[in-house]
Amino acid sequence: MSERGAKIREISERLLKEGKIDMVIGFRKGTLPMMNEPCLVKSPEDVKNLVWDSNCGINLAKYLIGRKEKIGVVAKGCDSRNIVTHLIENKIKRDQLFIIGVPCEGMIDRRKIASMFEKEIKEVAEEKNKIIVRGSGFEKILEKSEVLQKNCAICIHRNPVIYDELAADIVKEQKNVDRYKDVRQIESMPPEEKRDYFNDLLSPCIRCYACRNACPLCYCPTCFVDESRPQWVGKGIDLTDIKTFHFLRAYHCAGRCTDCGACERACPLGIDVRAFTMKLEKDCFELYGWEAGMSKDERPPLDTYRPDDPNDFFK
Amino acid sequence: MKVIKINKENWAGGLEKSKGSYRLFGPVKNNELHEFKQLDKEELPDCDYFNTRLSPKSIIYPQSETMFEFSLDENREDHHILKEIDTDYSPRAIIGIRPCDAAAFLLVKRNFSTPEYKDSYWLNAYETTTFIGLACGNPHDTCFCTTTGCGPFNEEGLDLLLVDAGDCYFAKTITSKGENFLRAAGWDAGTDVETVCEQIKTMKQEAEAKITSFVATDKLKDKKTTDLFDAPFWEETAFACINCGACTYACPTCWCFDIQDEVSGYSGIRIRNWDSCMYPLFTLHGSGHNPRSTNMQRVRQRFMHKLKYYPDRYGEGILCVGCGRCIRLCSVNIDIRRVCDLMNSYEVQVTSD
Repeated sequence: MSERGAKIREISERLLKEGKIDMVIGFRKGTLPMMNEPCLVKSPEDVKNLVWDSNCGINLAKYLIGRKEKIGVVAKGCDSRNIVTHLIENKIKRDQLFIIGVPCEGMIDRRKIASMFEKEIKEVAEEKNKIIVRGSGFEKILEKSEVLQKNCAICIHRNPVIYDELAADIVKEQKNVDRYKDVRQIESMPPEEKRDYFNDLLSPCIRCYACRNACPLCYCPTCFVDESRPQWVGKGIDLTDIKTFHFLRAYHCAGRCTDCGACERACPLGIDVRAFTMKLEKDCFELYGWEAGMSKDERPPLDTYRPDDPNDFFK
Repeated sequence: MKVIKINKENWAGGLEKSKGSYRLFGPVKNNELHEFKQLDKEELPDCDYFNTRLSPKSIIYPQSETMFEFSLDENREDHHILKEIDTDYSPRAIIGIRPCDAAAFLLVKRNFSTPEYKDSYWLNAYETTTFIGLACGNPHDTCFCTTTGCGPFNEEGLDLLLVDAGDCYFAKTITSKGENFLRAAGWDAGTDVETVCEQIKTMKQEAEAKITSFVATDKLKDKKTTDLFDAPFWEETAFACINCGACTYACPTCWCFDIQDEVSGYSGIRIRNWDSCMYPLFTLHGSGHNPRSTNMQRVRQRFMHKLKYYPDRYGEGILCVGCGRCIRLCSVNIDIRRVCDLMNSYEVQVTSD
C-alpha cells in the first residue's frame, strides 16, 4: 500500500464526509499489470478504491472539463499544470476544486517494460525505487529510473504547482535535464529526411484519436477533423490527412502543452506523438521563456503581444 | 477429415509454391508489433507470435475501401456517374490467423450477408479467401475465448487448422478450400490420423486449460433490455472512457462504417471508412441533434450492442470472440470482462415506495 495512496484516501474521505466536495476524481486499481483506471468516487465508503502508484500516467485534468460539481481532484505535477491551463482558459473554476496535490516520482513506461520480456508479465509491484516484474517462471527487479515514461524521465516539474493539500512531502526536482535532445535531432535533419521521419513515425496511425482524446487540451466542441461544413480533412487513412491531423493538433497545443505524456501513453500503436508537441514546447520556451501552466496569473504567449517578441521568422 | 504432417523444412517451399495460386497474407513483425500484411516473394510469416496488435479484419474489410469512382468533368459523357472500381478478388490465403480472429468473421458475416442484403465488397473478399489457422498454444491472461463460444483450437471459420508440434505442423483440413490450399502448396505427407488426432486433442486440452479468464454470459438473454439500458452502473463504467476508437478499430467484430466522397480536381472516389460508435459524430443528425451526445451513452451502446442487442437479434451468442485486444489497448483500462459481469449479474433493485 503506498503512503501516497493512504494519504489520498484519508484526505478524500475527510472532504466527502465534511461535505466540502461532491466527488473525488482519482485512480482505482486496474485489471491488468501496470494499468490503473481513472475513477469517480462519490461516497466515503468508496474511498477505499483510490490508489496511487507508478501507473497513474493518465492526466486527470481531462476529466474536469465542463463539470459543474465541487470536485476533489488528485493531481501530480503535470496534472496540476493542466488545471492551471484550464483555469486560464475558463474550463473550470478554482473554487470548484479541491486539489489533492501528489508530488510525483515519475510514471513507468508499460510498453518498454513489456518489451523487455519474452513472456507475458503477470504482475508488477514496486518498492521504493525498484520495479518488480513477475511472470510465469521469472521475476526481475528493475531500477524505476530506467523504465520511466520518456516524458517523466525529462520532467522538471514533478511537484504540483497549485494545490490545496499535499499527499506527500515535496520531492526533489530533477536538475540538469536536457529536455530537447530528441527535438534537436529532428531539427537537424534536412527537409527530405524530416519528411521521411514523420512519414515513418505516422505510418502505423489508425486515426483512433486516442492521443487527442487523452489530451486535457483537446476540448473543442467539434475538432477540426470532425467538421463537415467545410470538411477540412479527408477521413480515410491517406497519409496526408493523417499528417494534417497530427501537425495541426500539435499547433493547437503550442504554449499549452505540459508534456504530461498522456497522448503517447494512450496511443494503441505506441507512436511517439510527443515528437510533435515537444517541438512547440521547445519553441515556446526558447522564444518566450514560457512553460505552460506554471501560473494562473500570466497570459500564455500566443494570446499576448510584447514589443520585444522575437520576430526572426519574418524574412 | 484429413490430417497431414508438414515438416518445417518443407514449410517455406510450400508457401512459396502456393504463391503461384494465392496471394498470401501473414503475421509479420514491424517495429516490435505484429501485423498482418501481404507476403512478398520469399517473405515468410512469423508464426512465432502471440497475436497481432490489431485484428486481421482489415484484410477482408479495409479501414478505407474505395467503392466507386466518378468524374465531375462535364465535358465527359459519363460525368457524375458512379462506376464500380476494379478490385482484385483473385484467391488469397491468410496464413497463421488465430482461431478467435477467424471465428470473428462468422459473427460479422451475419451483418454483411442477410437474406435481404448482400454486401458485395465484404462477401467477395471473404469468399475468395482461404483461412489457414494457427492453433494457439500460449494464450495470454487477457484471452477469454473459451467462454465466448470460441477457443484456442476452435475450427469454426477456418479452412485449415495448423498445430505447431515442434519440428512440424499438423494440418487438419476443415473444408475443401483448405484441401485445395494443401494441394497448391504441395503438402501431402500423410500421417497416422488417429494418433495425431489424439495428440491434437491433448494439446487442445492443455491450451484450453491455460485460459484462466472467463466471462459469464448465461443470464444476458433473460435480462430486459430496458433494465440493462437504465442500469445505474453505466456512469461509473463509462467515466474513464476518453471516447477514442482504439477498442472498436482493434476489435475483430466491430463492423461499422461511414461513406465519404473525396474529390481531387475533377476526379472523385466514394470510399467507406471504418467508423466508431465511440465518436460523437457517429450519430450526429443533419438537424444537429445527437441521440448519443454523451460519453456514457456511447459507452453503453458499445457494450449493449456486443452483449445484448446482437445476442438477442441472432440468438447465437455475444458479438465477441474473447481475443482481449480491447482490454490490452484501452489506455484507461476499461475491461469488457468486468462490464460483461456487471451486465450479466445485474438485478433491478425493487424499491418499495
